[in-house]
Amino acid sequence: MSKLLEIDDLQTHFFTSAGVVKAVDGISYDVNQGETVAVVGESGCGKSVSALSILRLVADPPGRIVGGSICFEGRNLLKLSEDEIREVRGKDIAMVFQEPMTSLNPVLTIGRQLTETLEQHLNMTRERAVARAVELLGMVGISDPGRRLKQYPHHFSGGMRQRVMIAMALCCEPKLIIADEPTTALDVTIQAQILELMKDLTRRLGVALIVITHNLGIVARYADRVNVMYAGRIIESGTAGDIYHRPHHPYTLALLRSVPRMDRPRQARLDPVQGQPPDLTRLDDGCAFRPRCGFATPRCAEAAPPLAPVDAGAHIAACWQAASVADALKRAS
Amino acid sequence: MSASHTIDAIAAGVEAASRAPASNAGQISEQRRQSVRRAAEAPELVTIRNLKMYFPVTEGALLPRTVAHVKAVDDISFSIRKGETLGLVGESGCGKTTTGRCILQLEHATGGEIIYDGRNLIGLDRKSMLALRQKIQVIFQDPYSSLNPRMKIGDIIAEPMKVHRTEPDKAARIARVRELLRLCGLDPRFADRYPHEMSGGQRQRVGIARALSVRPEFIICDEAISALDVSIQAQIINLLEDLRDEFDLTYLFIAHDLSVVRHLCHRVAVMYLGKIVELAECDELYSDPLHPYTQALLAAVPVPDPEVERKRAHKIVKGEVPSPINPPSGCVFHPRCELANESCSRIVPQFRELKPDHWVACSLV
Repeated sequence: MSKLLEIDDLQTHFFTSAGVVKAVDGISYDVNQGETVAVVGESGCGKSVSALSILRLVADPPGRIVGGSICFEGRNLLKLSEDEIREVRGKDIAMVFQEPMTSLNPVLTIGRQLTETLEQHLNMTRERAVARAVELLGMVGISDPGRRLKQYPHHFSGGMRQRVMIAMALCCEPKLIIADEPTTALDVTIQAQILELMKDLTRRLGVALIVITHNLGIVARYADRVNVMYAGRIIESGTAGDIYHRPHHPYTLALLRSVPRMDRPRQARLDPVQGQPPDLTRLDDGCAFRPRCGFATPRCAEAAPPLAPVDAGAHIAACWQAASVADALKRAS
Repeated sequence: MSASHTIDAIAAGVEAASRAPASNAGQISEQRRQSVRRAAEAPELVTIRNLKMYFPVTEGALLPRTVAHVKAVDDISFSIRKGETLGLVGESGCGKTTTGRCILQLEHATGGEIIYDGRNLIGLDRKSMLALRQKIQVIFQDPYSSLNPRMKIGDIIAEPMKVHRTEPDKAARIARVRELLRLCGLDPRFADRYPHEMSGGQRQRVGIARALSVRPEFIICDEAISALDVSIQAQIINLLEDLRDEFDLTYLFIAHDLSVVRHLCHRVAVMYLGKIVELAECDELYSDPLHPYTQALLAAVPVPDPEVERKRAHKIVKGEVPSPINPPSGCVFHPRCELANESCSRIVPQFRELKPDHWVACSLV
């Protein structure tokens, strides 16, 4: 497998009256062709901003990408002109957003929104574009696509709108789809339908997928590799098995332990992650998770730990105490 | 972050890390069995009989006329015993929130009875209702929109005490606010702050403190943890559990997260399109779901473990929830049901007790 996307030391900062918010503070990861990579974390950890940064969609001001590189098929997206990046958006890399109502234009028919992209990016004639749009709607499981094409977004339910969004994403046969919380606004049974659809399509069409989510269950079911983010940084990265069965960062461990699981005997009490998520304007040089961490030592206040390998594979974690975390976990099981 | 938080964090972290995932499972289930048994023997606090809530759909701006009804809640019956936590689960639009609002008398039910402690709330005069509303409180989903941004936290928490005149003396009220803040895991100094200075989890704690301020018996938690981050959800769940034990509270826990409901509730009712399709003791429902919709709902929840997920069969229910304006004939679930046969579209299934204390509305099981 070859590298499709390589993000290196990406930094996206927001310049606000309260100070500089380092929403994304030097993250690096890559995505291979046809692979599903997850970025997990809680609200405010920078996962969405990092995704928006890939397509340079961060509003400027207040946000700005201040450093790093994002190489897509060898081209640094950060060095492209405005016209060139517009060519990449939707064509090579497509996005699916969380809220399908706000990302569809309410005054245009579904058909127009689909054919517009096809005509713009692929120079299709009107007739061919309509035919392709019908085909795409059928592909994402919308019945009677010919008729549905003439309808407006408000005629569609939440799940159906998300299917339309996926159809739009697939329009130009992109190599990479970025899905930012694609099912958070949906009900569980509809969530399952949409996720199965995305998995099936990415497999069949060989499209790589970046899933941004806070739902650990979704990640477990669909991702090949996982990046866990906290306070603007990736704090642990590895295969799904590494992250779920051999976590080396206290935050990953705490996150996994804090959710009740339906497949296990009920616990008397949950083990929550203590404290509150950090204020990104008030971070110091130490590890950002330190105030909530049960493993913290004085060293954690002095310097933020770098991501370091924890085994022979590609599993990395940013914690001075990674070895003790793994030990504690081993003792416990 | 206060110092006590940090110390708690360290203690909890080390403790958590050194404990086996399910080491004392036997003891836990015994404790739980006892609490379930206690609740099962307690008298009924809330009894809902044939509750119906139809919202009219109107046409015409000047002389609106009713053209149809949204049957948000369509003839449901259940009861909640004293000290019990009843989970009410279902997808958006199934009527679970409307049920809660009917009990709070925020909606005037179209029909049926809501008996609270022997008195029917429907048709009760304002004065008696106000007195009862002190005992029935609510915690809302969104801690951002359910707190007045112009009021200080202390005033928000004190408001119900003023309305119900439970604490007429100002000094006593202030003392009570401080006590409530501490109880809900917040620094008493937060009383002088505004909601925007707090995080989502802290705001939800304020919402809980406000509900507790008038010493209620019964609290309706309407998606009380859904808007919170994963790491904060567990904190609030533990808080709700502690308060339940300490003040002998009864909860109606309305939620869509099935793993949280399993953790917290004694019994669970599953709603679909305005109807209760299954009602059973919690462990019973999760280990032996009888209704095809309950089965689909449970199968749709992904488990945070890649190995378990790989081995699990993924049965996915097709289609979407139909409109409650024109619900399907017969069993409301039949258009999406794999097992449905011709009779399901004609015959409305009886809600019957198939096993002891396990009720289900399906003709085929």
